[in-house]
Amino acid sequence: MTVKDKLPVLTFPNAPKDASSARAKPDQLALAIAALRGALEREAQTTAPPKSEAETDTPDSYSPVGEPRAWRDTPVPATTISTPPQKDKDALSRRITALYLPHFAMERWDRWAKQRGTESPADLPTALVCEGTHGPVIYATNRAADIAGVHKGARVVDMRALVPNLRVEFADIGGDGAALQKLSLWMRRWCPWTACDGPAGIVMDTTGSDHLFGGEPAMLRDIEERLAHLGLSAQLACAPTHGAAWALARRGGVRETCDAQQLMLRVSSLPVQSLRIDGPTVQLLGRLGLKAIGDLAAVPRISLARRFSRAPIAQNPLVRLDQMMGRLAEPMNAADDPPRFAVQARLPEAVQDPTHHLPALCVELCAQLETAGFGARRICVTVYRTDGEVSQISAATAQASRDPDHLRRLFDDKLEKIDPGFGFDLITLAATVVENMQITQNRLDGKEPTGAALAQMIDRLSARLGAKVVTRPHPHPSHIPERAEVWASALHAKPAPPMARVARPLKIFDHPEEVRVLYAVPEGPPAQFVWRKITYRVVRFAGPERIAPEWWKDMPGTRLRDYYHVENQTSQRLWLYREGVLGDDRGATPRWFVHGVFA
Amino acid sequence: MQCPSRPVTSTPQRLRNPAQHATLSEIFSAKVTDGAGIGFALAHLSKTDKPLLWVQDRVSRRETGRPYLAGFPVPLSIIHVDVSRPADLLWAMEEGLRCGDLCGVIGEIWGDPPALDFTATKRLALRSEAQGVPAWLIRHAGHANLSAARLRWRIDGLPAMNHPYDAHAPGQPLWRAELFRARWQAPGEWVARHDGDTLHLEHGVEHPPLATKVV
Repeated sequence: MTVKDKLPVLTFPNAPKDASSARAKPDQLALAIAALRGALEREAQTTAPPKSEAETDTPDSYSPVGEPRAWRDTPVPATTISTPPQKDKDALSRRITALYLPHFAMERWDRWAKQRGTESPADLPTALVCEGTHGPVIYATNRAADIAGVHKGARVVDMRALVPNLRVEFADIGGDGAALQKLSLWMRRWCPWTACDGPAGIVMDTTGSDHLFGGEPAMLRDIEERLAHLGLSAQLACAPTHGAAWALARRGGVRETCDAQQLMLRVSSLPVQSLRIDGPTVQLLGRLGLKAIGDLAAVPRISLARRFSRAPIAQNPLVRLDQMMGRLAEPMNAADDPPRFAVQARLPEAVQDPTHHLPALCVELCAQLETAGFGARRICVTVYRTDGEVSQISAATAQASRDPDHLRRLFDDKLEKIDPGFGFDLITLAATVVENMQITQNRLDGKEPTGAALAQMIDRLSARLGAKVVTRPHPHPSHIPERAEVWASALHAKPAPPMARVARPLKIFDHPEEVRVLYAVPEGPPAQFVWRKITYRVVRFAGPERIAPEWWKDMPGTRLRDYYHVENQTSQRLWLYREGVLGDDRGATPRWFVHGVFA
Repeated sequence: MQCPSRPVTSTPQRLRNPAQHATLSEIFSAKVTDGAGIGFALAHLSKTDKPLLWVQDRVSRRETGRPYLAGFPVPLSIIHVDVSRPADLLWAMEEGLRCGDLCGVIGEIWGDPPALDFTATKRLALRSEAQGVPAWLIRHAGHANLSAARLRWRIDGLPAMNHPYDAHAPGQPLWRAELFRARWQAPGEWVARHDGDTLHLEHGVEHPPLATKVV
């Protein structure tokens, strides 16, 4: 591991979010941003405050939305009807890389079939199908089928007539989506922000990441090569906006890069299909004689805005054009924010065990944390596997910590649980949750301040045995004995001091154990009881202590409890209770239970 | 209640202040469901800010219950660890004994697992003495096999003292404490009680309980 080949941030989300909402969100977000900016701008115009340089707030280095500062100063129209703002060079300062995996489904099926030994020979036309309105339709094809004339969206019966020896298999669309999601996380080895982009695309914000790989052309070549190792063919392009990168990846040259100056020139010759608009809108534009993006850009903006004022974003060529040209912001909807503190080790060849690389990573991460004055509450190790997936393990701490030795020890027995696949060549250690941490002075006698060692012990126990297993009781205002103490993970806050003390047993059973009882009077104490098949005689007793059910919490019909502190002939002291009393109209004869053991 | 002593020994002074002689003790009970052993261990602790680490294996927890803070003789805060394997229990106790910010470590272990051998107990004893944190190993349903515990007790319940206000009620608990192996002194047998502050080991209690009658 060297210092220079280091990405700023890499991440892996804790919980993959819902894919459908992720796809719906960015468009709505873009429109909302545009509307908000327009409103703000209008307000600023009406009040017209003299804006000085000092009033503009200082740029913060870390923006959770991943939006460069330039966007904030870019004037954006309130509605699409207003005139286009002047093109700002800074608005086009981002570098977005779009990936298009044209044969993703087929290649994935191929790999799966190879594992089972059922793959098709290269010259056998093969197609994956999904259910359509009138029977199965073609979803993906292999090269032989392409040549034979099988095309996507066609009905299988028609294609069978055309190609009688067509092999038909069912497509796994959900699996493809999940695999693409995993792949998009794996793509974070090149940049911190990646997201799925439609059913066969990935979009990456590579602003400022390319120099780590020797410039954009070299980075794109590297990406293509690594994807080829995974058996995936990809088309890539890098452009200042998402829209332009999307268009160039699908309809541009091989590994095309396009800078802000050439943007208009380059995209004007592309067909309007490159605008990420749906079929009917393309058809409509065709009828209007607008075949290329250049034609569309030449049309007066006001007429386009009038024509498409109410269209949703997928049918609105004007909004799509603005997005492509950088006049309208388009935030990337990554599954997870990149962590602020992360270090990585790039290995020359794939290994299976990250143990030896961890100490150096911990030292490096703790140095980062110390510089910023933070301590880690949750850290995670992520490995980027050679088979295009990532796997991760994490550990939590009870108190913010930046002690490298301690952080490393939290992973002592956990690293075995990481799934290395066929090896990995990139390890990331990230502090996903951090807290402000003051430097504490050791005591005068040289000992560490109290509490630190305890927190570290809780961390180690929770890291190895699980956070649910290491618990502390928290007092809870309830008279029902089992509710008076709530057990919560020791990683959380310290418990409050216990409540007023009453006669209670040393230990109680999680589930009270039923006993058979002989008594003199039904409302009185037991005279003899059989517990765990042994008969005990009651020698002395104290009670009853009556505890009524909590009507605001319990089911109707819950019976009260009469507790007895009982000593039997073997000098055991037990806590028995009778559930209910005879004739309380809440059940038959009351049952007896042993609930606890006294000293 | 008189308790025969064998051989006749004086009241063990060193045992009165376990904080100065923190070490590993083993506690056996004739009956699994008896709370006497736990009560005896807790009686060694005085009021402190430091928490108590309580490690239980699953069988012990199911058979003997989980600690209930409201019933402790002195107010303590505890950290409870629930493990399933004896090896994990011993590891957790050892981790606890590595940290000086505890007032004690209690481990409840069921039976005679192979992991609980002489080496394991010696490790616990040495760590406990080095860190100055007392440790108790409660051996539910266990046999007094080879062990490096410095003090080995057999604790059983005795009829409680009379309740000062209620003749029918059990009062302060009494235990029969038999020290059958000790590193620093001769073994002996005592009547133990905890009067709210300290543990008393005596050859006989001052006020023997009244003759009990069946209710």
